[in-house]
Amino acid sequence: MRIDKHPILKFHRGREIEFELDGRGLTGYEGETIAAAIHAAGVRTLRTSIRLGRPRGFFCAIGRCSSCLMTVNGIPNVMTCITPLERGMKIETQTDKGHIAETGSSPRKGPSALAAQRPRGGRRGTADAEEPSRAEEPRARDLGHTPLAVVGGGPAGLSAAIAAGRLGVESVIIDENEAPGGQLIKQTHMFFGSKEHYAKVRGVDIGGRLTSELSELPARLLNNTTVLGLYPDRALSLLRDGRHHRLSADAVVLATGASENMLAFPGCDLPGVYGAGAVQTLMNVDGVVPGARVLMVGAGNIGLIVAYQLLQAGVEVAAVIEGLPTIGGYHVHGAKIRRAGVPIMTAHTILEAEGRGRVEKALVARVDADWRTVPGSETEFDVDTVCLAVGLSPNCELALMGGCEETYVAELGGRVAVHGSDLETSMPGVFIAGDASGIEEASTAMLEGRLAGLAAAERVGEPLDETLLESMRDEAADGLAALRSGPFGDRPRTGKEKMYDLARKLRQRGERREERSVDVQK
Amino acid sequence: MKDDVVICRCEDVTYGEIVRAIESGLTTTEELKRVLRCGMGPCQGRTCSRLIARIIAEKTGRDIEEVAYPVVRPPTRPTEIGILAGDDEK
Repeated sequence: MRIDKHPILKFHRGREIEFELDGRGLTGYEGETIAAAIHAAGVRTLRTSIRLGRPRGFFCAIGRCSSCLMTVNGIPNVMTCITPLERGMKIETQTDKGHIAETGSSPRKGPSALAAQRPRGGRRGTADAEEPSRAEEPRARDLGHTPLAVVGGGPAGLSAAIAAGRLGVESVIIDENEAPGGQLIKQTHMFFGSKEHYAKVRGVDIGGRLTSELSELPARLLNNTTVLGLYPDRALSLLRDGRHHRLSADAVVLATGASENMLAFPGCDLPGVYGAGAVQTLMNVDGVVPGARVLMVGAGNIGLIVAYQLLQAGVEVAAVIEGLPTIGGYHVHGAKIRRAGVPIMTAHTILEAEGRGRVEKALVARVDADWRTVPGSETEFDVDTVCLAVGLSPNCELALMGGCEETYVAELGGRVAVHGSDLETSMPGVFIAGDASGIEEASTAMLEGRLAGLAAAERVGEPLDETLLESMRDEAADGLAALRSGPFGDRPRTGKEKMYDLARKLRQRGERREERSVDVQK
Repeated sequence: MKDDVVICRCEDVTYGEIVRAIESGLTTTEELKRVLRCGMGPCQGRTCSRLIARIIAEKTGRDIEEVAYPVVRPPTRPTEIGILAGDDEK
């Protein structure tokens, strides 16, 4: 199941280490996740579900869903898709809600349960870092105050910190993973667009460039840290090293990315039905193939790109199906796949994934304009993997729990926090950028991140170089307009216009309310 | 859609259960969450909220824009109670 030869990527695997799965001795590599090591050993079922006892494998592979929970060293509910494998781990397939072994190790030692785990990112997770001694330290720490807090170290977040940093504004970037870069670390394709927007550079290399630019600016990265909550007055609660921390900021940029959309069909929860992002992580970060033969559901850019990446990794792609009558992604990507002999079946949907304990077959049928299946058009594919690339939803939970106004804009991926063209939400000083503010692409996320970083820098209230600020803002705004002017920019542009309109109305309403209250006071 | 399709994977809530609950008069994501627990598991509805909102829209004849998603509360990730409760710097 491991990829030995890859046309683009080189996998830097750590030391080979031994671990146990349900009493069976297996080997994996230091630095990879538990889920990846188990998948590489050919095991797909990680747990059975809590009520119906259905077998489950992972789905999202970035710590967003709950499909991969296992019992590790006696501790149940460990999110194995983001927890690094360690030598000698005793891993068990979890049944129902999991049971804490009476003689199990203390949750403070070894891999901790859900919360205390240290997620990793990048290709070289450092699993052998010494755990700090905790005996004398207070249990909670106040990390104090920062001018700018950026949540998420992906393309948008790094760009926000860079923009603010160029103006001399200090920031703290908080990221869940070991290494920054967000989802860029799994993008092996070259980006389109103009040179300023990293055209012809592979996503996997863009993250490195952003990080190195940042290293010369007044920014600090808090890696392996999860933001648990956003509270009024821009206070953040953080989870780091199994402890709770507080941080407050003059301005906050939320760049928390997106979650994979699920599609409901019989068998959609079988092991082997994986999100496209999960397939990319497994393949391009861990160097493990998801299966031998894959059905790709969705012919947007992600579906087409991941189908091509599967071919690069030596996996057979049975077909790419798409519910709409035309492909949604760039035709260049579609053409590459067709040339490789993979059929792209438009106006087709998946009816069912079948198999005992894992995907063995997928049933596909044609749909008419009203999404009704056409009788007699069913096709069966012998596949062991169904990859879902049916869109993303913005991760805007932090904004919403902080009390930001929300709305639903289909063109931006559904539920989003209301924000203006300066990316500020209805919570003063809280900005949102990148996929978290509406689904687009990494190139737009970087420019939005810059705009948010600039607006946030202004909010901090320190004297700034106005000329530099204006030129950076114009450059980013022009770039964004250019990227959104193409045929594929229509949808997000419409969505963003709706959003800015709504934000303007809300702000006017707020201002009127303030004026009235001033009148009353007079 | 078949009744036994799992919509909320964390809490194992099926399509049939959700549809029957909607037919019994629970027509918001909040009500469904309180009665069926869908969206209350470790993923906090990140995987199923969208699907559930769509089912409600379809069964009640509303636009998806009109179906509110459930309220979001901290923490974003399941966290051991001791970590939160131990936050008592002395």
